[in-house]
Amino acid sequence: MTSDNTISTVLIVDDEVEFAFTLAQRLGLRGYAASVAHDGESALRSIAEARPDMVLLDVMLPGMHGIEVLRRIRELDQDLPVILLTGQAGARDGIEGMKRGARGYLAKPVDLGELLEFFHGPNREA
Amino acid sequence: MREHYKALQRKIVLIMVAAAIVPLIILAAINYFEFQATFLREAQTPFRSIVAKTKNSFELFLAERSSTVSLIASIYGYDDLADKGTLRRIFLAMQREFAGFADLALIDEDGRIVNYVGPYYKELEGVDYSSQEWFHRVRSQNRYTSEVFSGFRHFPHVVIAVRHTTPDGQSWIVRATLDTTQFKKILAAMNLEPGSDAFLISRQGILQTDSAYYGKALEPVPLDLPAAGQEATVAESVDSRGRKILVSVAGIADTDFVLMAVKSTDAFLLNWLIVRLDLLLVFLFSCLCIYFVAARTVGRLIDRLHQSDQERERAMLQMEHSQKLSSIGRLAAGIAHEVNNPLAIINEKAGLLQDIVALEKEFPKRDMFEAQLASITAAVQRCKDITHRMLGFARRMDVKIEQLNVNDMVRETLTFLEKEALHRQVRIVLELDDSLPAVSCDRGQLQQVFLNVLTNALAAVPEGGRTTIRSFARGASFIAVSFEDNGVGMDEETRAHIFEPFFTTKGEEGTGLGMSIIYGIVKRHGGDIEVQSELGSGSTVTVILPIRQPGTGART
Repeated sequence: MTSDNTISTVLIVDDEVEFAFTLAQRLGLRGYAASVAHDGESALRSIAEARPDMVLLDVMLPGMHGIEVLRRIRELDQDLPVILLTGQAGARDGIEGMKRGARGYLAKPVDLGELLEFFHGPNREA
Repeated sequence: MREHYKALQRKIVLIMVAAAIVPLIILAAINYFEFQATFLREAQTPFRSIVAKTKNSFELFLAERSSTVSLIASIYGYDDLADKGTLRRIFLAMQREFAGFADLALIDEDGRIVNYVGPYYKELEGVDYSSQEWFHRVRSQNRYTSEVFSGFRHFPHVVIAVRHTTPDGQSWIVRATLDTTQFKKILAAMNLEPGSDAFLISRQGILQTDSAYYGKALEPVPLDLPAAGQEATVAESVDSRGRKILVSVAGIADTDFVLMAVKSTDAFLLNWLIVRLDLLLVFLFSCLCIYFVAARTVGRLIDRLHQSDQERERAMLQMEHSQKLSSIGRLAAGIAHEVNNPLAIINEKAGLLQDIVALEKEFPKRDMFEAQLASITAAVQRCKDITHRMLGFARRMDVKIEQLNVNDMVRETLTFLEKEALHRQVRIVLELDDSLPAVSCDRGQLQQVFLNVLTNALAAVPEGGRTTIRSFARGASFIAVSFEDNGVGMDEETRAHIFEPFFTTKGEEGTGLGMSIIYGIVKRHGGDIEVQSELGSGSTVTVILPIRQPGTGART
């Protein structure tokens, strides 16, 4: 796993449109190019088209579950850093995601400061 | 509910007692009648035998007298007997040899007295007996013993008459009189118990001797007369005074006499009464025993039933309660989850506004805006705390039984306490058996158990102390994890109450719930906790867990 300090593009995968766009906007204000996908299928398509430097992945997605999306991402790309966003702090989904190669997981509502720390460091839990 | 058990108890006791007592009653009844019959027989047999013996005495007595008279009639000639001197001599010899002869007479073929020796010679001078019945009887039978009668003499006597006929056709009659005092002697020899009576009667029911209770000689006896054969018989009866009696009769051979003996059944009844009382006491005692045993046994049984019913009810309630908690937990988790999404939006929106305000160089009322946004963010943080608490609660409610390796669990738990141990320079020694199989437990609860025991162990040892954690197999179906410390140890009192809720040695610092809660957890998992401790030299707490849990899993 690479310690990557040169993150510039971020893909936000969340079915909560308002949340996804607002977070994208805030990351935009901090100089990141953030795009948004609202379900697993479109997220995978988007990654296949243009590999982002970082994926923020909601676990509770309509259709394909976040963990399944993570598995598919790992099939495509072993090194793409993924941060899981969960509704439950420290819950099983987060641990499961970590086992499957997520860089970390964050409980919603997300503290932007905590999230940005992940951009600069390797695996760690919130 | 209580009533239901009482009614059940009564019913079972009743059935048990009935089942035991009915055969007892039948047995007692059979016993009663058997005893009664035996008693009656036992009372009758000696009575009958004494009557039979006395009858023989009478027969012997009369036969002797009759033979004597017959002998005299045959060995002496008519002329000898007619001679006053000779007859007197004979009579004196008879009296000497045989008691009871009152007089002796020679009577000719026509019934006239020819010669007489005895006290009534004046009255009997020339008396003609030809019209009297005994005379006709002796003429036809040759030998005759009369009933008792007064006759010319006016005192009760018996006549023995024998007719002798010579080969040339001459015949005469020798007649002797017996007084009845000899009869009384024979009867007295029976030695009957007081209240009993024995006497001779004629076959017509006329008393031949005086009776103690039933009249004088020659009076009719006021009793029912049983048929008298040669053999002595015994029968029950009631006399004229209403007394219950046993009556024995025996006919005396060759005479009209019947020996009759009467015995009160009182004595026999008294014995029978005592035996009957014994029987009754035994019966009552048995009944009481049966009742007490039945009542006690059934009582204990019902108590146990009641107890197990209550336990089942409690278990049901507990299950219901835990299911309720579990569904509350799920509900809480659902709510927390749902609320978190809009909360996240609010959070991001407020964050964006903050970003915008911060980026603008000239922002009117910037301070006011920032203050408002800060309180929105703070409120979101509060909401986040609340939902996280709700999720935490939900997790506690959700028990998930997994196959866990106790060694891993020990190591995992240790990570929480390593810092404290390091800080206090407590050495933690691990002696873990890596070949142990997995146990079925809830991860969180098992961690809680280990954490609690280990925290206590660390608290007990002084700085620089030692705690040893061992895991080992306990029998074929249990795994044990022991936590040994060389700390302060516990006194008897503490050890006895260690698992009781609200018992604490930490004063205000402890709630006294930790050990009671983990004890409950281990018990629910089908395990146990053992505590060995000595004041001053340390404690060993051993958590024992089953390798395979009974049933599918424990739910709290």
